[in-house]
Amino acid sequence: MTSKTSPMRDWIFFVVFAIAVLTMPIWLAPIGAGYPDLLQKFMIYGLFATGFNLLFGLTGYLSFGHAAFLGVGSYSAVWTFKLLGMNPVPAAIVAVITSGIFALLIGYVSLRRSGIYFSILTLAFAQMSYNLAYSVLTPITNGETGLRVLRTDPRLFDSSNAVDGPLIANLFGIEMTGYAGFYFCAIVLLIAFFIAQRIFRSPFGIMLRAVKTNQNRMNYTGLNPRPYTLAAFVISGMYAGLAGALLCITDPLAGAERMQWTASGEVVLMTILGGAGTLLGPIFGAALIKYFENIFSAFNDQTLHEIFGFLPDFIEVPVVSVTSLFVGEGWHLTLGVLFMLIVIFLPGGLMEGFSRIGRLFKRSSGKSESRGAAAPAD
Amino acid sequence: MLHQCRLLQAKSGRTMDVILLQLLNGLDKGGAYALIALGLTLIFGTLGVVNFAHGALFMLGAFCAVTFNKLLSLEVVTTDPTKTTAWGSPLEIRTPYVEAMLGDFGTWMLNYSVPMSILLAVPVMLLIGFVMERGLIKHFYKRPHADQILVTFGLAIVLQEIIKAIYGANPIPQSAPDLVRGAADIGSIFGFDPGVIVYPYWRMVYLAFAGAVIAAVFAFLQFTTFGMVVRAGMADRDTVGLLGINIERRFTVVFAIAAVVAGLAGVMYTPILPPDYHMGMDFLVLSFVVVVVGGMGSLPGAVAAGFLLGILQSFASMNEVKAILPGIDQIIIYLVAVVILLVRPRGLMGRKGVMEN
Repeated sequence: MTSKTSPMRDWIFFVVFAIAVLTMPIWLAPIGAGYPDLLQKFMIYGLFATGFNLLFGLTGYLSFGHAAFLGVGSYSAVWTFKLLGMNPVPAAIVAVITSGIFALLIGYVSLRRSGIYFSILTLAFAQMSYNLAYSVLTPITNGETGLRVLRTDPRLFDSSNAVDGPLIANLFGIEMTGYAGFYFCAIVLLIAFFIAQRIFRSPFGIMLRAVKTNQNRMNYTGLNPRPYTLAAFVISGMYAGLAGALLCITDPLAGAERMQWTASGEVVLMTILGGAGTLLGPIFGAALIKYFENIFSAFNDQTLHEIFGFLPDFIEVPVVSVTSLFVGEGWHLTLGVLFMLIVIFLPGGLMEGFSRIGRLFKRSSGKSESRGAAAPAD
Repeated sequence: MLHQCRLLQAKSGRTMDVILLQLLNGLDKGGAYALIALGLTLIFGTLGVVNFAHGALFMLGAFCAVTFNKLLSLEVVTTDPTKTTAWGSPLEIRTPYVEAMLGDFGTWMLNYSVPMSILLAVPVMLLIGFVMERGLIKHFYKRPHADQILVTFGLAIVLQEIIKAIYGANPIPQSAPDLVRGAADIGSIFGFDPGVIVYPYWRMVYLAFAGAVIAAVFAFLQFTTFGMVVRAGMADRDTVGLLGINIERRFTVVFAIAAVVAGLAGVMYTPILPPDYHMGMDFLVLSFVVVVVGGMGSLPGAVAAGFLLGILQSFASMNEVKAILPGIDQIIIYLVAVVILLVRPRGLMGRKGVMEN
């Protein structure tokens, strides 16, 4: 695949991707995903998964504690709102910086080990942050209630003190809700995606792949992998922090449950589902999971009866009772089953599935071509 | 002077009994950690598989107890025409089937439903372990650890969602048999003031049970030919294979044993913690930490670390400790894991060269 990349191709790819993202409200509308709240989620979790992929997809280090950075980003964004005012730009910048520092500390310690130990170390750190955010750090995190922006907060550079109504992040007068919020998130995602693409193509990215492929050989050639993996870890933490900030920009509330290890598990699911190590895969996986979460959990027995209404009754009733296990409350079951199937049969994620299908078509057409070319030589 | 002396004595007595109390409190939780970690280590040591679904097995065990209790308390409804309720309708008398059929023995069985459900849990967990190994884990021996983690993580989600679909999301309390429902005043035995160290009987039962199961597993590995092969496999799988022993065939049994151990830990834990569908995940994270602290692939290490971390956790939740280090009770286990992993990479009792990097 790498042989096919060229700067020109990358630019075309990026422009097509950008157009696809920006026109999402139009082409996602027919499948019921054309509303801003869900689209914002696509963008935010796409960003989160892209960041996670920079670590896992390139270096192969499986972090089970990435939600900690999401949480740190969220908290610092809300604190920036509280202290400086409701402009999203400083909030995002502060969130990136704090989560970067946090990732540097955790990464420095965790990256001393690899494999399963690395996973457990990151998990331990994330659980520590979560437990502390719930208990002792309540003055900073507001514990179980969650941290929110209050009217009484200083907000030094904010002029909207006089305005009534809920406090919403606004960028020079544009409120970050609805489609404005979506486009803000989309632009952030595009910038982040562009950076990720550059990293994938850079010598640095090749180094990271070398870490995944064979760390011993890398050591023997006289290269120390630690600085590279640490850099990847910090960048990936910053992406997560930015995603956390975006969550607060679209809805200024930060809670500790964002740091729980199930949240870390979710980003792993998204990345694997889409395809770790590919650029588009994680974003695709994130969108897919968030879409199914929204659509499937809205289903209930009644909608199922409507869907399967064409079947005769004696088939319809068991079909509905079986499928109702997988939708609504039980959509996690669908997710789990889907995830297992992907890991078992398609370790490269859905992107690998697509390229396999693509190759299948190419091979059948390529075979006849090569046969035709080989014939004269005989 | 005398007064002061007595005060001092009382104070030192108090610290002593607080320490003893926390020690006891830590032991039962430590027992659960030790049992889960034992199974994890067994699986990891022989099969080389990192099983993220082990917490789910613990949870399934707990729900075996719930199911058994539900089955026993299926009721038969009879009406008593001679008596009426306040609304004038005939009084309904609900008696569980077992009581109706077996009389006093049925009542006894209901009372002892938690320990009795071991009878259900052992075959069920054996079956689940067997199916899991043959159906899924077998295909992952040669895949990277990351894949093993991911697929078992997916399986854990599936299992807990199935349980949630059947039993709902709320915890279902189970009660210990009447005989051991109360609490013992252990303090008075050791000469402390009565009522200072009170320890529920059931936790003592759990502790004894955990000890018995651990002893049984160790005895099995130590004194049977099968166990010898398993131990040899843990030490050097390739050589065992070269000696012409089909080690893979033993894997299924080892996995099933580990599943039973986790399941039994879950069954007996139900009176202490009402089971709900995500209890497995909570225990899994901690048990992994326990395995790592004890040393990957070391069975005594897993048991020792289980009890050690359980006790440490209960000490950290003392008010006196929390006053000095606020929040320490929340993070102590993870903190210990981080320190151990960085200072002593192979854990407390890990062997040299086993998963050290």
